Amino acid sequence: MTELRQRVAHEPDAPPEDKESESEAKVDGETASDSESRAESAPLPVSADDTPEVLNRALSNLSSRWKNWWVRGILTLAMIAFFFIIIYLGPMVLMIIVMCVQIKCFHEIITIGYNVYHSYDLPWFRTLSWYFLLCVNYFFYGETVTDYFFTLVQREEPLRILSKYHRFISFTLYLIGFCMFVLSLVKKHYRLQFYMFGWTHVTLLIVVTQSHLVIHNLFEGMIWFIVPISCVICNDIMAYMFGFFFGRTPLIKLSPKKTWEGFIGGFFATVVFGLLLSYVMSGYRCFVCPVEYNNDTNSFTVDCEPSDLFRLQEYNIPGVMQSVIGWKTVRMYPFQIHSIALSTFASLIGPFGGFFASGFKRAFKIKDFANTIPGHGGIMDRFDCQYLMATFVNVYIASFIRGPNPSKLIQQFLTLRPDQQLHIFNTLRSHLIDKGMLTSTTEDK
Amino acid sequence: MLELRHRGSCPGPREAVSLPHREGEAAGGDHETESTSDKETDIDDRYGDLDSRTDSDIPEIPPSSDRTPEILKKALSGLSSRWKNWWIRGILTLTMISLFFLIIYMGSFMLMLLVLGIQVKCFHEIITIGYRVYHSYDLPWFRTLSWYFLLCVNYFFYGETVADYFATFVQREEQLQFLIRYHRFISFALYLAGFCMFVLSLVKKHYRLQFYMFAWTHVTLLITVTQSHLVIQNLFEGMIWFLVPISSVICNDITAYLFGFFFGRTPLIKLSPKKTWEGFIGGFFSTVVFGFIAAYVLSKYQYFVCPVEYRSDVNSFVTECEPSELFQLQTYSLPPFLKAVLRQERVSLYPFQIHSIALSTFASLIGPFGGFFASGFKRAFKIKDFANTIPGHGGIMDRFDCQYLMATFVHVYITSFIRGPNPSKVLQQLLVLQPEQQLNIYKTLKTHLIEKGILQPALKV
Repeated sequence: MTELRQRVAHEPDAPPEDKESESEAKVDGETASDSESRAESAPLPVSADDTPEVLNRALSNLSSRWKNWWVRGILTLAMIAFFFIIIYLGPMVLMIIVMCVQIKCFHEIITIGYNVYHSYDLPWFRTLSWYFLLCVNYFFYGETVTDYFFTLVQREEPLRILSKYHRFISFTLYLIGFCMFVLSLVKKHYRLQFYMFGWTHVTLLIVVTQSHLVIHNLFEGMIWFIVPISCVICNDIMAYMFGFFFGRTPLIKLSPKKTWEGFIGGFFATVVFGLLLSYVMSGYRCFVCPVEYNNDTNSFTVDCEPSDLFRLQEYNIPGVMQSVIGWKTVRMYPFQIHSIALSTFASLIGPFGGFFASGFKRAFKIKDFANTIPGHGGIMDRFDCQYLMATFVNVYIASFIRGPNPSKLIQQFLTLRPDQQLHIFNTLRSHLIDKGMLTSTTEDK
Repeated sequence: MLELRHRGSCPGPREAVSLPHREGEAAGGDHETESTSDKETDIDDRYGDLDSRTDSDIPEIPPSSDRTPEILKKALSGLSSRWKNWWIRGILTLTMISLFFLIIYMGSFMLMLLVLGIQVKCFHEIITIGYRVYHSYDLPWFRTLSWYFLLCVNYFFYGETVADYFATFVQREEQLQFLIRYHRFISFALYLAGFCMFVLSLVKKHYRLQFYMFAWTHVTLLITVTQSHLVIQNLFEGMIWFLVPISSVICNDITAYLFGFFFGRTPLIKLSPKKTWEGFIGGFFSTVVFGFIAAYVLSKYQYFVCPVEYRSDVNSFVTECEPSELFQLQTYSLPPFLKAVLRQERVSLYPFQIHSIALSTFASLIGPFGGFFASGFKRAFKIKDFANTIPGHGGIMDRFDCQYLMATFVHVYITSFIRGPNPSKVLQQLLVLQPEQQLNIYKTLKTHLIEKGILQPALKV
């Protein structure tokens, strides 16, 4: 009934005719059950093999199973190396990469939606979907940019107006898209159009908000970006390895290849990996300091006095472990304790994101989201476990690490009315005097 | 093959139509298990049809049962059917409007409860439609999960608003302090629990259905719950910001209907054949005038104009304040052409009335798009009304479809043009910071205030 139309797929001759007759039958309003059964019995067309020629030749001698393993392995190493290069290049490049990944994920999911709903012949959808993506990105980037680039924005007149009325402008842009959608409703295709509208919005909710939370985490300090993502990747790889070597008991019906041994082994391996990685990274300022925009040099700098989280402290080892390890105290960064929480989340709850994506693929009868990465599938296939991780890290930081952003508060304060400013100032003053931070005599300065 | 199952009545051609299909789908598998496996694959395939079929294949829904109360029926039994319908609608309209006035009289807390009640009912109506469309009676987890997600999102939003406005109340109670401080984490954990339950509840042959319901729930939450919380935020800004927009939308509905009834000739949009350009434009002008007058009348009373505050000593909501400049009469010089018409040099207006023109314009020009969206939705899913709650009118959603965008617009308008961020929220965030950060901010603020002359350097009060 619903086969995946691959854009570059090389298909045997029979299915295209099936598809054509099927779409004609649907347009004519016939019951399409017969063509559906034909499509059901025909196997899914094999997607085009995107593996580069050089790899193909190099591995042409090996058997098919090992070839697949080698292709996956090489691509994994290539992606990890790419990741390191980008970290080296700095926060600006990271932001751009996050943005590109977001756009590609959005494109993949929307393409699946188009395939499922056969909506090639309604060109407004594509325009509207991309337009909504633009609006939501504009809204989110405006909110972040205004916070972090506050001084830059205040200097330039057009930017200042844009930031002052930012919400209104974003809302107007969204409204225009909404009205265009309503005006584009075509008589026989209402349901289809509403489905696409819903599909677009849910995709935006998943993809765009996560990517902006990732960027927020990045600005907090690159370590908050690198450690969570590495933990998820490590959990993927370790669970696969443990499952490969020791896997026996299936974990969940959704993903028959996952096993309990892989799950638990991956959990412990990821926690250890997280501890080691955060130990290594906490030593370097460039990872630990919040990213700031320096007005003078017009670039991003990561230079600061590391906070308490990233200074070595002595901890007493509890009695039970003292006998095992033979040490009384251990020097750790407090951040490593937090990394245990992050790794635990990555191993226990992260896989649910993967099951969600597996269920989604089964529901819509697709094997992979797309064919971007040979041996792995689309970008979404790689990032499906990361969905919840970014939100968790952001919520974790906001709840346990730091409070609200002081510069943002000052900025909000400056937009208030004078009597409100005075009221807040006096309340803050009495609060500080209560706490003993301020005495009445220091006021005289 | 796919028609909606109505709870009350349903013709049964479905079985007859689907039989020939089952025979055609015997693709492999044992013959003994053929019927059951076909039936199971049928469910998923039929919903797949749902995706790709054009709307014309889906038959009409039989009319739903009539819920008009008996007394009305007896009173109007003499009239013809058309006038009877008109009278029912009219009486119900007056009933709803008087109910609205009554609740306004009872105060802001009752209004908040009313908004919450409407939100829950709208959510229920849309989810019920989703259930019918997807025949998901037999998967009880959906209902539980949908209501659970509604609870989570409401908890999140109420926590954000309550914490701001009840800052003093909250500071007193220990447990509430804990809940507020880790509010986001708790809300996220609750949502995650729902998400994991959803993943664990995926049943083999019903994946697509379950994903559709999941997405349907989330989009409904996005529409109804966020709007209702923006309405409550507007309410806290001052009841006039709640009353004038809603009244403008209702007035636009009624006057556009009346103008269309008496003068309607040119159809407006194919989606809603009953709407006409005459109704649209007539409704626009009358709504602007109505909004202008309503703003003038309401701006006089402190009860409507002041921000709602919670006083811990009396443990209730009070609306008492010095009205801001927006609600103080000012004289404006009229532009020349109006001078000639009205023969007055100046006029005293509340500045709020100028804003009310913007609100009424939005209500008349863009508000109807919310109505068209709902009409398109009803046509797409072949339903006549969202539900049967109000006799003659349909469901609660039918009455509130034009209000969707209004609440968001008013909220964005207030934050952009009227006031900046919420002062109590700023204060609350300040109090959460580390003491050193607070000290730094204090020094920055002090220099700023002294520069602006708001604070005298010598005073130490």
